[in-house]
Amino acid sequence: MKPRHKRFAFIGLGLLVLGVATVLILNAFQSNLVFFFTPTQVASGEVPQGRSFRIGGMVEDGSLVRENDGLTVRFIVTDTAKRVPVTYKGILPDLFKEGKGAVAQGKLNAEGTFVASEVLAKHDENYMPPEAAEALAKAKASGAQQSKSLVVPQGRQGREGSL
Amino acid sequence: MIPEIGHFALILALCVAVVQGILPIYGAAVGNSALMAVAKPAARGQFLLVLTAFCCLGYAFAEKDFSVLYVAATSNSQLPLHYRLAAIWGAHEGSLLLWTFILSLWMFAVTLFSAHLPDATRSRILGVMGLVSVGFLLFMLTVSNPFERLIPAALDGRDLNPLLQDPGMVIHPPMLYMGYVGFSVAFAFAIAALLGGNLDAAWARWSRPWTTVAWCFLTVGIAMGSGWAYYELGWGGWWFWDPVENASFMPWLAGTALVHSLAVTDKRGGFKVWTVLLAIMAFSLSLLGTFLVRSGVLTSVHAFATDPKRGLFILAFLAVVIGGSLALYAWRAPRVGLGGSFAMVSREGMLLANNVLLVAAMGSVLLGTLYPLFLDALDLGKISVGPPYFDSVFVPLMVPAIFLMGIGPLAQWKKASLPDLAKRLQWAFGVSVVTALALPVVMRNWTPLLSLGLLLAIWIVTTAVVTLRERLTHVNGNTLVERLASVPKSYWGMLVAHCGIAVFIVGVTMVKGFETEKDVRMNVGETATIGDYTFRFDGAQDVVGPNYTAARGTFSVSRDGRETTVLYPEKRRYTVQNQVMTEAAIDPGLLRDLYVSLGEPLNEGAWSVRLYHKPFVDWIWGGCFIMALGGVLAISDRRYRIAWRRQEPAVPASTRTARRKVA
Repeated sequence: MKPRHKRFAFIGLGLLVLGVATVLILNAFQSNLVFFFTPTQVASGEVPQGRSFRIGGMVEDGSLVRENDGLTVRFIVTDTAKRVPVTYKGILPDLFKEGKGAVAQGKLNAEGTFVASEVLAKHDENYMPPEAAEALAKAKASGAQQSKSLVVPQGRQGREGSL
Repeated sequence: MIPEIGHFALILALCVAVVQGILPIYGAAVGNSALMAVAKPAARGQFLLVLTAFCCLGYAFAEKDFSVLYVAATSNSQLPLHYRLAAIWGAHEGSLLLWTFILSLWMFAVTLFSAHLPDATRSRILGVMGLVSVGFLLFMLTVSNPFERLIPAALDGRDLNPLLQDPGMVIHPPMLYMGYVGFSVAFAFAIAALLGGNLDAAWARWSRPWTTVAWCFLTVGIAMGSGWAYYELGWGGWWFWDPVENASFMPWLAGTALVHSLAVTDKRGGFKVWTVLLAIMAFSLSLLGTFLVRSGVLTSVHAFATDPKRGLFILAFLAVVIGGSLALYAWRAPRVGLGGSFAMVSREGMLLANNVLLVAAMGSVLLGTLYPLFLDALDLGKISVGPPYFDSVFVPLMVPAIFLMGIGPLAQWKKASLPDLAKRLQWAFGVSVVTALALPVVMRNWTPLLSLGLLLAIWIVTTAVVTLRERLTHVNGNTLVERLASVPKSYWGMLVAHCGIAVFIVGVTMVKGFETEKDVRMNVGETATIGDYTFRFDGAQDVVGPNYTAARGTFSVSRDGRETTVLYPEKRRYTVQNQVMTEAAIDPGLLRDLYVSLGEPLNEGAWSVRLYHKPFVDWIWGGCFIMALGGVLAISDRRYRIAWRRQEPAVPASTRTARRKVA
């Protein structure tokens, strides 16, 4: 091969690899996006059917019920406007509490109950799902508290529960 | 008083950094050796000043000075001393100080081990590092000062996040930062080369050990973070493709590509422009990682916006560093030259493919990490990108890279022959395929992924054996031991690091293929069986720790009727923040981990319990440490020590490359 041909072959191969990688990546990306919805959006039917998504809000006070097997729990997630019942089988994260923020991932069943495959809670007492936080923001957030709030490596969310 | 001294030291350090960032670079440009000579004392002075500041903050923590806002926010009078000191890097402000401190430490190291460098190169390197330091010191002093006072002083502190009260968390951030910041040396070398316009094999040889050291630290740092998540989060996962993890993984991928690309630049004078770009990329990603984790942008982009000064500073700093260095690159890179040509089938060709794959993997991680943030910032909806995305992208990209990893070290530079390679590798390939197919069948759980993982791991090891055997025929020595000893250390380093990958792959494959997990409700005296092991719950007692109270469960584990071990998992309540924490109990082993964590107390002394049997899980971290060991071996090679001892290596090195170019 002449050097020029060789260079073309090089560039061609490189582009091919890049193209395949891009297609692969975008394809996987598209099919693995998980969207986030608020209870209000769930109530108004904006959520996708048969596809896994996340809801977030406050766990309503007094709504947590444990079944006899000790592992299945039912609770209600609310954004103070609408309420969504959630069931989950498994061990809840440490920071899961009534009256606190939580995010759950799963699907909506025919009865309108959200069947969670995992329940997430960020490992930080201050963490609130942004929607829930916004609702409470007026009451809670003052400038002084803001500057004192801890910033910890809270990204390692406890992905509690089995997939 | 002490915090003010720390604050003042930081201000002085900023002044020194400004001088260090301007005068030596200007001196190198105009050839003024007096100005260039400023670099070394300035770097050392800055190191002392930042060290002073660091010690002052440490003193404030040790003395429980709750009139310092940062101390009050991240520690507590009941917190043991070692955790109070670790709390220095427990949050945003302090970790920036740690970052700056480590940067000045690296600068100090450069002043110690750069006697062999030409004056102009050394001045430029220290100058560039000084400029980076200016950015961080300015950031600290303007918007996140760790020495800010809290008046009136708090009666007691808000305590360190209980998750961080762990030996792993004490060491993990400094290791990680040694890696992140270590890439600043490679970055400074690259910028210095662009500024000077000369980038030869000697340049690559100088920057290689620095890059490898940084890479080793980063590897160990990431492994420790992963190990910490495994035992501290209480549900047995070791990698979640979480943005925080991705933030540290992206510089690692770019750094790994850089280590390999530098090898080509060093040995063959090739890949020059690409190497420089990778050095810029690795450091830019380190910066991005630091800020992603520490700015709070991951929790919520809106939290980021509530403190617009901080956010703006970060964006501006990233834009200046990344944009500036890329602009310089675009302007000067053509002068650096491309290096020698090579055939597609050659060691260069395979290393290039490895680099492309690693960078593509890095890009896919970047996309999955940043895209949700962009959408959120633009109010286009909230999404998250789950682990399945990363798994399905990462595996196909890494499989060819690992396959090439076996062939690359055997291929000749410049031009290799495929049939010849195939012949030399035939038995390695045969052994790998047969074992990979047979082993899972023997273990009675055949899945395609299991076989693929084993195939790759065995392929790495067998090809390493072939490589070593061929190498042994080319070295001097009469006995096998003599010949083994005369194989250069850097070569051993490569083999060991590659075998580390194999160990890592075995760990990942076996855990994915054979792990068992069970969430159960257990009454006192009840048993549950998982794998071959029977766990008996013997009840839970209350225990009191220094700053927490806990329920401690007792689990007797037996196998075939014989007691294996007793495990004591805890559910702790840290009193200050009233935060509940799961402390898992693990019985580690070479071939399997047994893992128990407590869920919640149910009625009549019963608990919900999570049990795991994790085969080979410790190989995951073992593999990472072996990789880092390979890096350490590589930098202990004589060729670098000779370079260090030699006073003016620039002349012989450049003549040698010149000769090679002629040839």
